[in-house]
Amino acid sequence: MSQLQYYAPGSVEDAVKALGAGGRAMSGGTDLLVQLRAGRLPPGPIVDLKNVAGTQGIRQENGGWIIGAATPAALLGEHAGLVAAWPGVVEGAGLIGSTQIQNRASLAGNLCNASPAADSVPALIAARATCIVAGPGGRREVPVQAIVTGVGKTSLGPGEFVLEIRLPPRPPRAADAYLRAIPRTEMDIAVAGAGADIVLDEAGVCQDVRVVLGAVAPTAVIVAGASAALVGFRLDEAALERLDSAAQVVCRPISDKRGTVEYRTRIAGVLARRAVAIAWERAEKRA
Amino acid sequence: MSKVHIRARVNGDPVEFLAEQGMTLLDALRDELGLTGAKEGCGSGDCGACSIMVDERLVCSCLMLAPEAEGRRIETIEGMARDGGLHPLQRKFLEHAALQCGFCTPGLLVAAKALLDQNPDPTETETRFWLAGNLCRCTGYDKVIRAVMDAAAELRQAHSA
Ligand SMILES: Cc1cc2nc3c(=O)[nH]c(=O)nc-3n(C[C@H](O)[C@H](O)[C@H](O)COP(=O)(O)OP(=O)(O)OC[C@H]3O[C@@H](n4cnc5c(N)ncnc54)[C@H](O)[C@@H]3O)c2cc1C
Ligand code: FES
Ligand code: FES
Repeated sequence: MSQLQYYAPGSVEDAVKALGAGGRAMSGGTDLLVQLRAGRLPPGPIVDLKNVAGTQGIRQENGGWIIGAATPAALLGEHAGLVAAWPGVVEGAGLIGSTQIQNRASLAGNLCNASPAADSVPALIAARATCIVAGPGGRREVPVQAIVTGVGKTSLGPGEFVLEIRLPPRPPRAADAYLRAIPRTEMDIAVAGAGADIVLDEAGVCQDVRVVLGAVAPTAVIVAGASAALVGFRLDEAALERLDSAAQVVCRPISDKRGTVEYRTRIAGVLARRAVAIAWERAEKRA
Repeated sequence: MSKVHIRARVNGDPVEFLAEQGMTLLDALRDELGLTGAKEGCGSGDCGACSIMVDERLVCSCLMLAPEAEGRRIETIEGMARDGGLHPLQRKFLEHAALQCGFCTPGLLVAAKALLDQNPDPTETETRFWLAGNLCRCTGYDKVIRAVMDAAAELRQAHSA
């Protein structure tokens, strides 16, 4: 690995050129360097994006949030404004690895590594987050769920990289949450994960909801039946029962040492319920 | 492959060294700078034996490339004892016998210091979660946690005195 070339461009244009010439994007390197060293990726020049203008930091714009693609996850948890607006997104990012990993791991790396178990991705999709993708053709804005196309695969073209992650403005009585199940209390990969974003009306009735599951299919999956289960209803056992069933329907998991197909499917339903219940309670407090 | 020239500050001193571009910062510290306190237990971010501080952030030096150190402030275990005196954490690790083989100790000390620098009064649970990325195959962790809690108490007392 020590024979690899390393390049840290300062501008988007230089980064696009270097990536177009066959470079590998690196943000925190917590997936990339592990894979290169294990020989799971063929060696190639590394393009470190951390110095590229716009890839660092968290800022608010027109009521929404812009997170530089390479910003370490720890900074999300330390940002009081972001924690208040998007607690679920911050929970997802905050579960990535140890204290050491938190200081390096980024949202863009978590997303573009394209692991089905990536912890920040279900919450980002539930939040209707978008990516600003920079590339040879300029910039385009794409929903987060359009980036990952399969295990280890993305829709990014040659020379393209994620520059920013954007979160929309929050209406009143809106909140999100993310939960995962792992075999231990720390330092493990999700058996299943669930992100939920919910908007209530003044009477406490669900107006809008999105629930997204991780680690139960090749990519994160949106629970298509969540709206039918919850919109127009108050939070009660019957609503959560409908959501649980709707969540289990979209699961297409694998069996491995962390869990069987049956276990993952059941636990995904349970996590979906609990994530919705937490998001709901948070939303009520914002009335 | 051409080597790169890197300038950084390590334990307060300016240093310059040459490194292969794809070399990890851990290898550069150990092989180019002779700082062998940080250890390679896994090389994949799991064990924390390679923990160092970069610009006041705790990181695994096995998951950082040497050229990324350019212009940064780096702290390693070698900088923890000052003026010949052990840091309270180091003393408490000895007192509580919080090590056997010692392979994890530099990483645990650097990580524990990072915790106490930002949270002088952590709960045991907070301490255990903070140190979850530092593996120890010898002690069973209990003595490590007791040493850290005791050092924290002593540091608080020294502060208020
Ligand atoms: C010990 C350990 C524990 C971990 N625990 C967890 C966990 O609990 N949950 C979890 O989800 N993950 C976990 N991970 C995996 C990893 O830390 C995360 O996926 C992390 O978010 C990756 O971010 P990064 O910035 O380090 O990515 P990198 O390693 O820099 O990149 C990952 C991939 O994304 C690409 N990429 C990076 N940045 C961009 C960009 N801006 N645009 C386009 N492509 C890009 C790279 O080319 C590479 O393919 C763990 C890793 C380790 C080592
Ligand atoms: S050697 Fe770096 S974490 Fe194990
Ligand atoms: S003392 Fe041996 S690994 Fe911790």
